[in-house]
Amino acid sequence: MEVPILKQGNYLIASIQSALTDADLTQLRDALVAQVGRFRSRGVIVDVTALDVMDSFAVRTISALADMIKLRGAETVIVGIQPEVAFAMVQLGLTLSAVATALDLEEGLLFLNQHATAGRARGR
Amino acid sequence: MAAQQSLATRNMPTDDLLGELVSHLRQNRTNLREEWARRITESRLLTAMTKDEIFVEATSVYDNYVEVLETGSVEALQAYARNLSERIIPRGVETNEVVGIVLLLRDVLARSLFQKYQADFALLNRVLDAYEPAANRIANTVAVGFVQERERVIRQQAEAIRELSTPVLQVRERLLILPIIGLVDSQRARQLTEQLLQGIRANRAKVVVMDITGVPSVDSIVANHLVQTVDASRLLGASVIVTGLSPQIAQTLVTIGVDLAKMNTVGDLQGGIEEAERLLGYKVTTPTDLP
Repeated sequence: MEVPILKQGNYLIASIQSALTDADLTQLRDALVAQVGRFRSRGVIVDVTALDVMDSFAVRTISALADMIKLRGAETVIVGIQPEVAFAMVQLGLTLSAVATALDLEEGLLFLNQHATAGRARGR
Repeated sequence: MAAQQSLATRNMPTDDLLGELVSHLRQNRTNLREEWARRITESRLLTAMTKDEIFVEATSVYDNYVEVLETGSVEALQAYARNLSERIIPRGVETNEVVGIVLLLRDVLARSLFQKYQADFALLNRVLDAYEPAANRIANTVAVGFVQERERVIRQQAEAIRELSTPVLQVRERLLILPIIGLVDSQRARQLTEQLLQGIRANRAKVVVMDITGVPSVDSIVANHLVQTVDASRLLGASVIVTGLSPQIAQTLVTIGVDLAKMNTVGDLQGGIEEAERLLGYKVTTPTDLP
């Protein structure tokens, strides 16, 4: 199933609605990286609230996604990781340590807003 | 010849023999009971109890014992064993003591049977055939009852400790405190992390102060658990501040080379809360115009 990508101001929001196959994940990654450029977005939020499993491939793809988006000049936040999913991920050693995380969509937007302010203060 | 005789007598109903046995035990109740209590004291069993208590319990056990021999039903004895265990476990009576006293009673009674029937070897054989299975069953019942009761107590206590051990407290909007007291093993670490994650979710927490002042020792396994808890909390968007690392624990961690670089540590709980307030943008001020 393809993941809908919504544009909200300067940000893109990808809201994952159901379990994704590996192909869906790579498709999501490529689509987001492309659209960040097209819409000149400053931030990307990936909402994984609906996922009850995050395997190593998903984590690797999301890490890659965040790195690629960083190279395209935007920030990525992963939001809505379920407590059980977080616990399982940590047990597997998948800590997503290079990617910003937030509790839910609202927190993610807040994080990006703060980040944008900090960026402007630094003269970006 | 004797073998033939005992073969022949084995076909006779054992009920009559048991009946005879029971009346023998009833007749000599006082003697045997005293003998038993004396041997308990001699073997230094049940040292947690006084002589009188031992005698009272010995009497009950004796009567129950005879009753089981008579009726063949262990239910009453089971109930009594459970009740007895409930009373003596809190006083620190050990399993070997309970098994010991029951086996002693078995010996005392067997000895008295030997004495009574020593003239007639074949009859003694038959009596023992009737007595031994019943006696073993009794010893088994009492021992199992005691162990089961003990296990029940242990389970209950473990449950109580688990429930008590990991409160997740909110001290301010979006600030949680997790005081950890006592040893942290894998199971507890898992439970603790789960509770913290649920707490972060429910309270929409941004910052968690994890206080480990009450953790007596930290080794690489515990440290690993703490790191996992911190990582898992971060995945939910909360940052964790660890406080209360004693000098000894700090030294241990450095010596065994645990990498706590990604953990935000502050000396004590107060410092941790102050740091958390800073992260959340709270400012604590003292009004200058205090009366």
